[in-house]
Amino acid sequence: MPLYKEGSTAPVVDTGLVPLAFADWLKEPEHPAVSLANTDPVEALEPHLGTLRLIVLHFPKFSDGRAYSQARLLRDRFGYRGALRATGGVLQDQLPFLLRCGFDSFESEQKGFGDALARARTLFSVVYQPVGDGRATASQLRLQRRNVGMAAD
Amino acid sequence: MPDTHFYRYDDFDRALIAERIDQFRDQVHRRLAGELTEEQFKPLRLTNGLYLQLHAYMLRIAIPYGTLSARQLRKLADISRKFDRGYGHFTTRQNLQLNWIRLEDAPDALAALAEVDMHAIQTSGNLIRNVTADHFAGAAVDEIEDPRIWCEIVRQWSTLHPEFSFLPRKFKIAITGSPNDRAAVRVHDVGLRLWRNDQDEVGFEVIVGGGLGRTPLIGKTLRDFLPRDELLAYLEATLRVYNRYGRRDNLYKARIKILVHELGVEKVREEVEAEFAAIKDSALRLAPETIEAIARQFAPPPLRAKRTRVPEVEALRLEDRDFALWLKSNIAPHRVPGHVIVTVSLKPAGAPPGDASAAQMEGVADIADAYSQGEVRVSHEQNLVLPHVAIEDLPAVYRALQRLGFAEANVGKITDIIACPGLDYCALANARSIPVAQRISAHFADLARQHDIGDLKIKISGCINACGHHHVGHIGILGVDRNGVELYQITLGGDVDFGRTAIGTIIGPAVTADRVVEAIDALVATYLESRRDGERFVDTYRRIGAQPFKDRVYAAV
Repeated sequence: MPLYKEGSTAPVVDTGLVPLAFADWLKEPEHPAVSLANTDPVEALEPHLGTLRLIVLHFPKFSDGRAYSQARLLRDRFGYRGALRATGGVLQDQLPFLLRCGFDSFESEQKGFGDALARARTLFSVVYQPVGDGRATASQLRLQRRNVGMAAD
Repeated sequence: MPDTHFYRYDDFDRALIAERIDQFRDQVHRRLAGELTEEQFKPLRLTNGLYLQLHAYMLRIAIPYGTLSARQLRKLADISRKFDRGYGHFTTRQNLQLNWIRLEDAPDALAALAEVDMHAIQTSGNLIRNVTADHFAGAAVDEIEDPRIWCEIVRQWSTLHPEFSFLPRKFKIAITGSPNDRAAVRVHDVGLRLWRNDQDEVGFEVIVGGGLGRTPLIGKTLRDFLPRDELLAYLEATLRVYNRYGRRDNLYKARIKILVHELGVEKVREEVEAEFAAIKDSALRLAPETIEAIARQFAPPPLRAKRTRVPEVEALRLEDRDFALWLKSNIAPHRVPGHVIVTVSLKPAGAPPGDASAAQMEGVADIADAYSQGEVRVSHEQNLVLPHVAIEDLPAVYRALQRLGFAEANVGKITDIIACPGLDYCALANARSIPVAQRISAHFADLARQHDIGDLKIKISGCINACGHHHVGHIGILGVDRNGVELYQITLGGDVDFGRTAIGTIIGPAVTADRVVEAIDALVATYLESRRDGERFVDTYRRIGAQPFKDRVYAAV
């Protein structure tokens, strides 16, 4: 399946890291790449996040959103900084959500996916939820604005 | 025109709504160009409030916490005229549905809504839906704190939440700030009840896993007392547990109530509390300034105490029986002396419950501007509410409502029926609901008789999904399809009042549509013969049980 990363509208060449399915990876947890089903416990990866360089999360259907929670736990809770890839039912209209949850590469068959990826971060200039992507929320910006206003007074 | 006394959008809120419309316009364009399949397009249109119904697309417009300004209501009238057939249907979730929208018009209809800071985001789909609240919020005498402050905080947090936009199933949150629960918090996925503890602190009781539908369940207490600034962290923890562990193998077992039922509330609590402990000290904790800034926008209108005994009102009460009855049933106490809360009945005798024409919407907007601080509410009982009316203005308000056909003195009575759209509109329904409601309403039209019968809630659903809340009707009516024949199952004893919430019990075989009125007649006759002083229908039912009612119904039909 074509692989996309931010910075290129055309599919990119894979890094060459071959992810092991979770059950196989458990037998050799020093392997740097793993692929999880959306029912696999991400908590089990925590002690090995230093050696992991690629984690692939699966969307059996685009409407099955369990991998969003897995991604946020990996990024926001456990501080994972390696590659995080979405695969399976991955469509361009999910991109604003996927990016906010910490995914940075995407396998998708959808036509126009690369172009959509280039636009995805600018679709919404406002966010309401504090998540690990570091974007300031509307509430935080309102507070800042108030403080600046107060300093000016 | 008076300023609004509820949350006003700022440039952040407006930018997000505008960008959302641009995104949806592009999605509609791709669908019409054939780049998206209906299966791919469906969740996209649903999260923008667009359903494909029996005959056409239906647009479900969010009315967050049921609060509208007169200006917004006029715009809804305008949109219904321009993009629909000049009327709308107010729903049990405080939304407005337009039943005849064209797909290619939908983005323009949404853009028109955005002109008055409204939208249709998340009124459908498997995600956190529009948050509902007590329709008397900000005016009720028994209120501890205005629940709409918290609804607005939840609205923002839940809007386009990146983690929770593809949940196992829809997720409904309701909030009440009064001990008398008018928001039905025990029959929602999450219900929040503000209360004051022994230390004089206000916090939330968090209730989880209630719901109607095919498996009606009363919600259980997940957390007895939650400090207010921890609300979003606690909701995020709850939603994460649900998103990870809620069932996705069976549509009918996917709501959080099934997770709670199957795991037990103790296990769910353990999971939620563990998750909560990990995130409660994050940016999700609400800053006092954030809460204050939103609370300030809900500051009540500056009403001055007025006369409580008004000779003109007393005189009209004595000479006009219908006005006297209207005062008894459609008026609720207000916290400012000399004021009341007026419920505008959208249930004139024989009419479809919850419908309003564009002209009627504009009429109510005018009355709100003249007599209710420019504010209107939508109740989950499918009526409108004028929250801040001076007693001395009641004769004028009554006459103005009469001219609109919305002055029926039937709030809480047998013809104040809740009904889902049913088979006339809905693709899911098995049977018609609205015509059954109309027939009952016409049969019991006599106001004196209605007031003699007293408080009696009839709720009608056209299928097991229970949008008409039949499970919690004192009399519930459920439409079923038996080999192509529409039949109606009758339940008794349901209730949504806090502390008495109950699911009704089926009394016997379903009856045909033309027998429903006879059956209701038999139930009412049984009650009238057996009631003791002060007993409502449901009280008598609780005392004497189902048998006398059953005997009478099945003897009659």
